[in-house]
Amino acid sequence: MKIQERLTQAENRLMEVFNRTLIYMENVSVSFDGFKALNNLSFSVEPGEMRAIIGPNGAGKTTMMDVITGKTKPDTGAIIFDAIHDLARLDETEIAALGVGRKFQKPTVFESHTVFDNLELALKADRRARASLWWQETPDEHRAIDEILEITRLTRLQNRLAGRLSHGQKQWLEIGMLLAQDPKLLLVDEPVAGMTDTETRQTAELLKEINRGHTVVVVEHDMTFVRELGVKVTCLHEGSVLAEGTIDQVSQNERVVEVYLGR
Amino acid sequence: MAARRDPDGGTTRLSTGEAGRSGLPPFKPGPLPMCSSRACLIVLVLVLDFAFGCFTARAASLVDSLAHFTTDDFDETAIGISEVAASGSPRAEAIIRALENEHLMFSAEKKTVYIQNDDNKLFDAASGLPISGDPPDDIDNVHINNRLRGTIDAVLGGLTLLSSDRNKRFDAAQAVFKSRELGTLPTLEKAIANETDSRNKRVLEEARAAIILSKSDANDAQKLDAIGVIQQRGDQDAVGLLASLPAGTSAPVAKAAASAISSIENRLAIWDAIQNAWYGLSLGSVLLLAAIGLAITFGVMGVINMAHGEMVMIGAYVTFVVQEEIRTNFPTLFDYSLAIAIPLAFIVAGFVGILIERCIIRFLYGRPLETLLATWGLSLILQQAVRTVFGPNNREVGNPSFMSGAFDLGGITITYNRLWIICFALGVFIALLGLLRFTRFGLEMRAVTQNRSMAASMGIRTSRVDALTFGLGSGIAGIAGVALSQIDNVSPNLGQGYIIDSFMVVVFGGVGNLWGTFVGSFVLGIANKFLEPYAGAVLGKITILILIILFIQKRPRGMFALRGRTVET
Amino acid sequence: MTSHILIRSLDRDARFFLIAVAAIATVVPVLNLGLPESSPFHVPTYLVALFGKYICYALLALSIDLIWGYCGILSLGHGAFFALGGYAMGMYLMRQIGARGVYADPILPDFMVFLNWKSLPAYWYGFQHFAYASLMVVLVPGALAFVFGWFAFRSRVTGVYFSIITQALTYALMLGFFRNDFGFGGNNGLTDFKDILGFNVQAVATRNVLFSISCITLILSFLVCRAIVTSKFGKVLIAIRDAEGRARFLGYRVESYKVLVFTLSACIAGIAGALYVPQVGIINPSEFAPSNSIEAVIWVAVGGRGTLTGAAIGAFLVNYAKTYFTSGALAPYWLFMLGGLFIGVTLFLPRGIVGSLHHWAGLRRDRISAAAEDGVTAPPPDPQPAE
Repeated sequence: MKIQERLTQAENRLMEVFNRTLIYMENVSVSFDGFKALNNLSFSVEPGEMRAIIGPNGAGKTTMMDVITGKTKPDTGAIIFDAIHDLARLDETEIAALGVGRKFQKPTVFESHTVFDNLELALKADRRARASLWWQETPDEHRAIDEILEITRLTRLQNRLAGRLSHGQKQWLEIGMLLAQDPKLLLVDEPVAGMTDTETRQTAELLKEINRGHTVVVVEHDMTFVRELGVKVTCLHEGSVLAEGTIDQVSQNERVVEVYLGR
Repeated sequence: MAARRDPDGGTTRLSTGEAGRSGLPPFKPGPLPMCSSRACLIVLVLVLDFAFGCFTARAASLVDSLAHFTTDDFDETAIGISEVAASGSPRAEAIIRALENEHLMFSAEKKTVYIQNDDNKLFDAASGLPISGDPPDDIDNVHINNRLRGTIDAVLGGLTLLSSDRNKRFDAAQAVFKSRELGTLPTLEKAIANETDSRNKRVLEEARAAIILSKSDANDAQKLDAIGVIQQRGDQDAVGLLASLPAGTSAPVAKAAASAISSIENRLAIWDAIQNAWYGLSLGSVLLLAAIGLAITFGVMGVINMAHGEMVMIGAYVTFVVQEEIRTNFPTLFDYSLAIAIPLAFIVAGFVGILIERCIIRFLYGRPLETLLATWGLSLILQQAVRTVFGPNNREVGNPSFMSGAFDLGGITITYNRLWIICFALGVFIALLGLLRFTRFGLEMRAVTQNRSMAASMGIRTSRVDALTFGLGSGIAGIAGVALSQIDNVSPNLGQGYIIDSFMVVVFGGVGNLWGTFVGSFVLGIANKFLEPYAGAVLGKITILILIILFIQKRPRGMFALRGRTVET
Repeated sequence: MTSHILIRSLDRDARFFLIAVAAIATVVPVLNLGLPESSPFHVPTYLVALFGKYICYALLALSIDLIWGYCGILSLGHGAFFALGGYAMGMYLMRQIGARGVYADPILPDFMVFLNWKSLPAYWYGFQHFAYASLMVVLVPGALAFVFGWFAFRSRVTGVYFSIITQALTYALMLGFFRNDFGFGGNNGLTDFKDILGFNVQAVATRNVLFSISCITLILSFLVCRAIVTSKFGKVLIAIRDAEGRARFLGYRVESYKVLVFTLSACIAGIAGALYVPQVGIINPSEFAPSNSIEAVIWVAVGGRGTLTGAAIGAFLVNYAKTYFTSGALAPYWLFMLGGLFIGVTLFLPRGIVGSLHHWAGLRRDRISAAAEDGVTAPPPDPQPAE
């Protein structure tokens, strides 16, 4: 085969891979006042996939999420959503409108609103100011919220102010809000921090169910939880990818053991 | 020598006047330039006299000259003036000035001439000694008219051009430059030849150039030279002179004058700009002092202290109290009043700051907007308290001697008080930099600024840092008040005048580090002063405010802002 | 659950408030006009004007509460919008004086004649018509707020920084309006009004009518604000107040919401100013003073921000106290009291009066329901209303 043809073939294969990604990050770097939080990070996720991200503190996991959601702009590198949208050029609101939802490490819900209102606000709808003035709830929307309340086991508490919920309940509310948002991609940052074993298992089940209609990327430290998810794992270290594979492959990787898992 | 009335003022008087002098060859008049006025002629006499260099004091000839005053006849008086001036006597000026002020007295009967001083005491005109005995009964002052005044002016100008007093020569030269009296030209030449002081020589040359330019028969080359000299002078008078050349000046001269004018005006514009820059530096240093305390508290604690202006006011009032004490009890220490006031103001204002932090700010932690409101209420209370104790009016605070006065640097005037304040502000800034960089406390402050919770986990007592920081910020504001008392009125509203500007400095410069405040205050100060001449003080301020609002678009946290994940606010 | 937007928005507090204001709007004029002066229930005319002033302040407080209590935007320069609306109305009233001024110029107001101005500046054109002036009352503050807010919110200027630059804004306007060549009467302002819409401004009947109109405007504005804060828009505002980042990540264009509510608030403040001016008879640049705007904020803080009714009540209470204290023997101490009020409210009563009442009622209610639900007696503490 001629070199030209080989190159074209390689190119086409790359394009196929690329077109199949929901998130495509290539050589992304971010530094804060000299400290390199992300260092030529290349990472991709396919639609419908669930991926777990692990790594020691300071590896860049949260920064990676910040870059995807638009909270931080990458200094160099490309970051493409759905093979079309250049995320480096958009701000948080635009990226959220494209279909990226995020759950934070610290549960951030609207404390002065009831659980129901939180979900109502998160519900996929016309977000524009004028539309909100005249908005009236439809029965469909009410039903959708009721469903989510059921999934997140918060039906009983729907009129409770979100600020009065327990930590675990707030986490679930936030996940519920993500569901209501119905994004294409869910970024979930340490969902089971501070949860009991039972709650951890329930969360894993919930995420797997959510995965059936959405792409999910989960950052976690809890190895049991990651194992329960049973998905492809990416390990980050000092701002770039250290290892990728199944949980067994990654946890047996020498370097991963050295920097993160310990012996 | 008998004085004779001579109506036609011809050459006869000359020979008569000269005949009485001993030791001098009789003067033979050569071709004379024709002047229409008598004054011109008198001056000419004077000039010709001086051309012979008769500087030696001749009391005897002076007495003879004085005799002309004893008839109270205008023409005689004119002769008397010229002779007295020509005599070269050191008394000449005093006599002619006395005549100018109508304090030259004479007795027609006794033929004596006196000078009367302000206490109505009489002195002998020739010797200057007080008279013995009673004044004569027929004593009267020698009268003058406007023409004689003109003569006197010209003569005095000529006299003082060659005076032994350096400063008098300077003033005379300046006067001639302005009057451009043609007749003084020869005297000027003489004076220039003899002048040793470089400053005076320059002015004399300028005066000569000024005269040449208005002389109708000076040739172009001379005029061009003259323009060159005037251009060197380079001030508004020079421009005025060059702009008012007589009609009929030749084209090359007129062109040279025009280009000289534009070059002078360019230079003047540059000096003007430098003066504005100076004012800007001065304002910037004041803003620096006022704002740096605010920036520190805002950086470390995230609170804007609306009572910050009142800390400045407290410092100013401390100065007032210290000076009052010194004025009444230790007047000799006045020059040290500031040295005492500064540490005292720091302590008082700092103490008040710590008190505020412990009693109010501490409980509003994490609620910066409410802290703003609470401190505003506090500022109302402080202002009213000071108003009640000291009264609402301005209080007198004086400059110590080393801060009074001014000097000239090139084309600008620099006042000592502002110069000292700039140095002082820089000193305080450097001291603060040192504090932050090299002391333990500074280290703790920086840690808390960057990451409060992390600092707390490291064992830094953040509440103690808060209290001390607030105290430090307030203390510096107090010191700023001491400085401000030297250039501004001390009243209960003093703080309000600077609070908005301090805010602007903080917003513009950012709170990441002290350099932000430094750069911010000087940039704002200079910008303010440069806009003022064009837009006026008010519009200038408004423009600055709008520019800051636009600047914030690009840098919402100011110029030197903290970056990174930990900065949440 | 679909219910009419207005009815849905009226809770018990709101109903009380509206009834109270409506009652005042009718009772006061009746007591002033209907009763003879000798009667012990007669309300003197100066009180009518004074209450009218309070109502205008209540309206201003309402506008501040809308952005501060519900969206967390602390504007320390709302007095500027109030004053701009006031000046617009003042300009109309000045044109109405016509030839009855001291200098008897039919077109030029007295101060312009005094300054030797030959003709009316362009920006005064049209103010002889009430309709135009009314439009300007709303348009000028609104436009300024829109531009200012667009610049500020778009660059994410929030919190203390935003408050400071609103201070700077009102300060700059004050400096400008103090200048004679600005064309608004300089430091004397606009005054000596004769009539409004043909009615003598100082006549007793006019005063009462102005009073009632102010009350009605307060009621209408209250209803509008209530409708907004109980709609989804209002919920988004509260969400922005509590967790702006979260709202962004949910896809809400936070800047648009803020600009919209800020502009609306400025328009309401402008209307308040316009109603204020004919009742007090003068408008001058000291209305732009930064301290005025800060004082208006404390009215809201005292009454209870985030409650709307609290804002109006706070405005009444503080201004009543001010009138009471500054006209009596305690006058020199008023500033101490005002300062103390600032400190006391922020330290001890951060929710304000109405807010605290709501809070305690809510605590009781939740304690009961929580006990019933979980068998737990004490729920976790209620979150403070955020900055």
